[in-house]
Amino acid sequence: MDVQHSSQARVGQIADMPARRSAPMRLLAILLKSPVGMAGSLIVTGIVLLAFFGPLISPQDPQGRNLRARFKAPGYTDDIGSYALGTDQLGRDILSRIIAGSRVSVLVGVVSVLISGTLGVIYGLISGFVGGILDSVLMRIVDGLLAIPFIILVIAISGVVGAGLSTLILILGFTGWTTYARVIRGEVLKVREMEYVIAAYALGQNRLKVMLLHIMPNVISSAIVLAAVQVGVTILAESSLSFLGLGVKPPTVTWGLMLSDGRQYINSAWWMTAYPGIAITITVLGVVFLGDWLRDLLDPNVRGRA
Amino acid sequence: MRGFFISRLVQLCVTMFIISVVVFFILRLSGDPILVVAPDFFSQEQIEQMRKFWGFDKPLGEQYLTFVTKAITGDFGKSYLAKRPAMELILERLGYTWMLAAAAAAIGLTIAIPLGILSALKRNSLLDLIITSLSSLGTAMPSFWLGLMLIIIFSVYLRMLPAFGALEPKAIIMPSVTLGVGMAARLSRMTRSAMLEVLNQDYVRTAHSKGLLRQTVVMRHALRNALIPIVTVFGLQLGWLLGGSVVVESVFSWPGLGRLMIDSISVRDNTVVQAGLLFFALSFILINYVIDVLYIMLDPRIRFQ
Repeated sequence: MDVQHSSQARVGQIADMPARRSAPMRLLAILLKSPVGMAGSLIVTGIVLLAFFGPLISPQDPQGRNLRARFKAPGYTDDIGSYALGTDQLGRDILSRIIAGSRVSVLVGVVSVLISGTLGVIYGLISGFVGGILDSVLMRIVDGLLAIPFIILVIAISGVVGAGLSTLILILGFTGWTTYARVIRGEVLKVREMEYVIAAYALGQNRLKVMLLHIMPNVISSAIVLAAVQVGVTILAESSLSFLGLGVKPPTVTWGLMLSDGRQYINSAWWMTAYPGIAITITVLGVVFLGDWLRDLLDPNVRGRA
Repeated sequence: MRGFFISRLVQLCVTMFIISVVVFFILRLSGDPILVVAPDFFSQEQIEQMRKFWGFDKPLGEQYLTFVTKAITGDFGKSYLAKRPAMELILERLGYTWMLAAAAAAIGLTIAIPLGILSALKRNSLLDLIITSLSSLGTAMPSFWLGLMLIIIFSVYLRMLPAFGALEPKAIIMPSVTLGVGMAARLSRMTRSAMLEVLNQDYVRTAHSKGLLRQTVVMRHALRNALIPIVTVFGLQLGWLLGGSVVVESVFSWPGLGRLMIDSISVRDNTVVQAGLLFFALSFILINYVIDVLYIMLDPRIRFQ
């Protein structure tokens, strides 16, 4: 046992040492080769930075009202400051509000995907690994949940439970896991028949260890790719819900709420509608690009194709 | 063949059962449904009376059984607000939603299939880059925002199309384009990768080497085989379409099921919300069942297994 461990460790060291040193450089090299990956990571990094350091670069207070400057078109300037993207019905600066809104999108996207990803991976692992009747029952439940279109399910639950930022994050987190469960379960079914898994059993490892140490690491890349896609889906869902008045409530600033304000004044102030939508589109586009790149990188089945 | 139909049908019933449980309990997540709808000035006695009237005094299991047995016969209970059967309200609106979904699906397919084929054939060309970029853009764009932008352009500035309602035939143009573009963006991606997959197959190479015309190979040999995954994805995307229609119907005040749901949610008319959820899920799984059956019939490889 001891001998086996130390030799394993030595092999690991030898294999890892040169690779570990150059890992960030390698990643950068791969990234430079892919314009899509590059664009995606630049956009996503930009949005995350905006969410963290927004208040430092925001030209004005996103809540600051200026009733003399209501509905001003983009480019308007007065003695208080300039409004590059115009102002809303209370004279608040659209650009500053878009910067403030990035926080909610990043928060909702990241936290609910973490929740749903964790739940879905655990569920899928158990379902695929245990198999048999439990697998059939668990998968029928997933089928049932997947048959209700995601956004409709979320709308119904938030309509009943009530809205608010943290409630919304939880709702999105606890409804989005089904896709992961389905995908991970399929992957587990493939992986659990692999020779290295059988070898692990032969070496006397127990089922839990096999599941966590040999199967999970080999299916987790599918979950990561899916998570990137789901971040986009979640951000879009949050904006739809807030737009419908079933999501985040004012005074929290979100892009969806800004669109709902914009709709009220759609006849007179197009900029109130146009810019928050562009912000959502760019953010989700960044996430989609990053997801595409990750898929090509992590999934050897599609690597080099498409 | 028959075995397949029956096993899919059984699966369909099981799925429906799970959906009914999910829907039933979602609507009870808020706690006591009566306290939500009862006016503030009601006395304790009146609330009890109301609870008895709607059947909320019975144990949950029994409530569920009553709900399911009635739902099977098409009785979803009365709307709290309209004081009419929820089924009636839904049937009035269902046609509008199906009309919108059909128009959007038609627009989506007409755009997606030719573009997907083109970008697969001209892989890695400038055209391919443009098409795939547009499809990423269409996927990333919130559909309701696209709807709002169309309103700004075609209703506010050009005054060509009505911004809301369904009073004239051309009112369907903007909502269906809004949803169709999102659908096309998602489908063209799938068409492209399905075509790429098929174009690499031996039989396509054989067809080329036989000296067949390029367009014959593409249309007869490649597209036909690529259609199977495309049709499957189309069925699954209908879920996105139905979901999107809820939000887009609100944007355009389109009198469909989605708008009914949103309106009912805001006044807490839970019977209607419950029935609406069931109808959305039912439409979705029925369409997918039909698609499954259809392509089993179309694809001899599966048929003769």
